[in-house]
Amino acid sequence: MSAVRAAGVRRTARPSRVGPTAVLLLGALYALVPIVWVLTAATKSRGELFSTAPFALGTGFVQNLVDLSTYDGGQYWTWALNSLVFAGGGALLSTAVSASAGYALARYQFRGRDAVFMLLLAGVMIPQIALAVPQYFLASELGLANTYWSVLLPSIINPFGIYLACIYVRSSVPEETVEAARIDGASELRTFRSVALPMMVPGLVTVFMLQFVGIWNNFLLPFIMLSDESKFPLTTGLYLMLNRGTGTPALYSLAIMGALLAIVPLVALMLFLQRYWRLDLISGSLKG
Amino acid sequence: MSRQLRPRIAPWGFLAPALALFVTFLLIPIGYAIYLSVVQLKVDGGAFGIRRKVFVGLDNYVATLTNPELLASLGRLAKFGLVSVPLTLGLALVFALLLDLPGIRFGRLSRTAIFLPYAVPGVVGALLWGFMYLPSTSPVNFALRTVGLPAVDFLGPGSIYGSLANIAIWGGVGFNMIVIYTALRSIPAEIYDAAHIDGATEWQVAWRIKIPLLTPALVLTLLFSLIATLQAYSEPTTLRSISSSISYSFFPLMKIYRDAFGTDDVSGAAAASVVMALGTLLISLVLLRLLQRRTFEDER
Repeated sequence: MSAVRAAGVRRTARPSRVGPTAVLLLGALYALVPIVWVLTAATKSRGELFSTAPFALGTGFVQNLVDLSTYDGGQYWTWALNSLVFAGGGALLSTAVSASAGYALARYQFRGRDAVFMLLLAGVMIPQIALAVPQYFLASELGLANTYWSVLLPSIINPFGIYLACIYVRSSVPEETVEAARIDGASELRTFRSVALPMMVPGLVTVFMLQFVGIWNNFLLPFIMLSDESKFPLTTGLYLMLNRGTGTPALYSLAIMGALLAIVPLVALMLFLQRYWRLDLISGSLKG
Repeated sequence: MSRQLRPRIAPWGFLAPALALFVTFLLIPIGYAIYLSVVQLKVDGGAFGIRRKVFVGLDNYVATLTNPELLASLGRLAKFGLVSVPLTLGLALVFALLLDLPGIRFGRLSRTAIFLPYAVPGVVGALLWGFMYLPSTSPVNFALRTVGLPAVDFLGPGSIYGSLANIAIWGGVGFNMIVIYTALRSIPAEIYDAAHIDGATEWQVAWRIKIPLLTPALVLTLLFSLIATLQAYSEPTTLRSISSSISYSFFPLMKIYRDAFGTDDVSGAAAASVVMALGTLLISLVLLRLLQRRTFEDER
């Protein structure tokens, strides 16, 4: 039977593999073209940007880097640092909150659990569109508008992260293990911290990464909340730079270098953490 | 017995931070938006009068739903979404199915490359593509110029929809592909064996077995894509700085932002926000209901 299967697979499979591989490589090319373009464009001096062939290397990389770093008193690096604080701090706190809430929903039976779960699921579907404007008016009434908190605090609550943490606990923290810890006399908090939390790490890395990318890439919230340029993250900062550059193409080289530097850490982090991601969580196809 | 008592309070302790944040940053803002949407600022007694909020019922909603500018922005969004959503999901599905074929070459490389744009912020993606569209830096126009053909105008009033959709597709395919691909990987391979023995081609296996089993993942990705489309903001706003084809109120969210912060029509902005949120919720519920019905039918 295995011989029949092998023959069958070979007969139908072998000749058609060139086409699918080519289609996938075309997709990869499409995804990479703008990234390769910005890599090469960042090496071009201002004159070369408009005169030399696209994707050709230039001679201005170091100069562009120096120009960007000294632009407006090193403002770009302030933005980069702000992005790191918003995304790093926000994602870390968000993961902690999601882990604790997800654990509670997955491993406890209590009255009101289903109601809380439904509420959170509805929260996943509430678009930011409906929130950003009232969030700003509330923040400004509390005197929080144009502060770091106005961007950081709303980024901590992530209903989808709680949902993912909950699914992950259900599939990888056995009820019996939690029960055994209780019988051994561990407190509820200790059971969570010393028994459940270590088992949740792979799922939590995913929750952290999704939230980190989400905050790092967020434009609307800081755009609405912040008016002080020194508090901007990279997204609003680059937007500001591009807007200023409309009349002055000299700023284009800076915006290109700025765009490149804004994606390098994220791409590096993603490639590095790729093996730890459990994106099968999202499709709900997690196998315990 | 005490073991039964303890876990009754403990879960609320674990939930407390999440619930406090949920109420503060989701429920209260929504309540506030609904409040703002049913009041209007009225000034009594001439120029020095007192500004006070007056309850106006559904007046703001009537004004919003009959506002030609908002309706036009919804129309433009539909035009954009009808291109970007099907193409994003279609490409994501095709790439995921191809990655799942046995004996595919460069699978890992392609998967990583296609997923990479997910890590690029919308503003940066729009900026990169903006330069690819800009006549003076566009590689396409450089190539056309070299062979003596006329340049393509990527930023004109007609082509701007395609150009915007392309940015959304580029940014969205990878994530959706991964969601679909991970769902595919969780299907036990034995399911395909019988089909292969019967001499089914990979095409037939994909069409008859894989795609039906992928329905939940496809509904999920459709939901993500629709929500993202309704909220399209950073890409058109960024592209606006290099294209005159994008107006201040090009997409609904841009119009809402302008009402709230540009023209001081807070009530109108709040009403439009609530309408968009209800629309999103409605679409989500319909999709989830369809999914649920399907799942139950499968179980029967």
